[in-house]
Amino acid sequence: MKCRVCREPAIIDIRRHNANFCTEHFLRLCRDQTAKAIKEFDMLDEGDRVLVAVSGGKDSLALWDILIELGYQADGLYIGLGIGDYSDESGDFARDFARQRDLKLIEVDLLREYGYDVPHGSRAAKRAPCSACGLSKRHIFDKAALDGGYDALATGHNLDDEAAVLFGNTLRWQVDYLGRQHPVLPARSGFPKKIKPLIRLYEREMAAYCVLQNIDYILEECPMAVGNKHIAYKEALNQIELQSPGSKLDFVFGFFARAAERFASSDAAIDDVLAPCTTCGAPTPSGECAFCRLAERATAAQPVRLSPRREKTSVRSGPSTPSEPDRA
Amino acid sequence: MKVTLRNPTREFEYDHGMSVQKLLNKLELNRESVLVIADGALVPGDVRLADDANVEIRSVISGGSVISGGSVISEAVEAGR
Repeated sequence: MKCRVCREPAIIDIRRHNANFCTEHFLRLCRDQTAKAIKEFDMLDEGDRVLVAVSGGKDSLALWDILIELGYQADGLYIGLGIGDYSDESGDFARDFARQRDLKLIEVDLLREYGYDVPHGSRAAKRAPCSACGLSKRHIFDKAALDGGYDALATGHNLDDEAAVLFGNTLRWQVDYLGRQHPVLPARSGFPKKIKPLIRLYEREMAAYCVLQNIDYILEECPMAVGNKHIAYKEALNQIELQSPGSKLDFVFGFFARAAERFASSDAAIDDVLAPCTTCGAPTPSGECAFCRLAERATAAQPVRLSPRREKTSVRSGPSTPSEPDRA
Repeated sequence: MKVTLRNPTREFEYDHGMSVQKLLNKLELNRESVLVIADGALVPGDVRLADDANVEIRSVISGGSVISGGSVISEAVEAGR
């Protein structure tokens, strides 16, 4: 196989483009596709400050690397979820990445700052672990982005992630969720702008990007997520992709182009009923937000080890981070 | 040829090389779901893996995926090939 651009030996085949690429031109493809998505969906302006949600996995570290390569001022945010060795190791990968590149990594430890971890918290609150984890992360990401005055919160969702979510929401015709599925969610009162710059890139390409850029990332998957529906959807979609390259891209971008706006009214209706949470002030359709309810149930059911100063976040390098309100 | 599957890590050997695609077919793995790294370098499907190659097969699906590969991989691991 030869690189489509330079005819040198290829290291990867991208079947949906019917093309093969050498290292140099594959890395350029990843950066170009990210820049294209940022421009196409009006994600960022030149000079914007971005907070990257970093898990220690391939997608978020690749995204952070690409945004820096594209010239954006991008800081990272890592949340310690307390999922045993998995959290310890993923945190190490995030810290190593930041240290090697002299980047600023903000760290928030769920147990220390909020008094619970995902394994115990989800059980106490009678929520699925992925549900409790996602709810906690969204709340903390939003808060950190707003408090830090960032122009956008960037997540490493790739095209496979979006295809799997779209597949699941379509199977159950979750029209409220479909109305919110877009690569950009604009800033609103109480919410930061949220962007998904990897929307044009497949998961396989992000793994390849990390290998080629010598980015070490956690290979093991979260032990609490094994067997979830999201994975089954991805595997089903990859079977379709194997037979018909480009199907995942067509599925997601066809939705954006021809279907998403049909569900937009559902999302607007939700906006109308949002009011500040009575505990933390975050927007919520009920008196107390889901995160605060989760935190209350979780901390009531296990020993709570709060840090002396809840408002402090640890920062590996760079200037100090904004404070969080005292919830104790 | 030594083959290492990740997540979870399993190792086995073949006494001869073969193309990347043939190896994936043997293991019943979807090429869209994995990366193949031979002697530290990423390789596309048409590359022939050498008899003495060290091959790593990495799942690219995040969110809880493991490389199961069904009975084919289990048999290969048990048989040492």
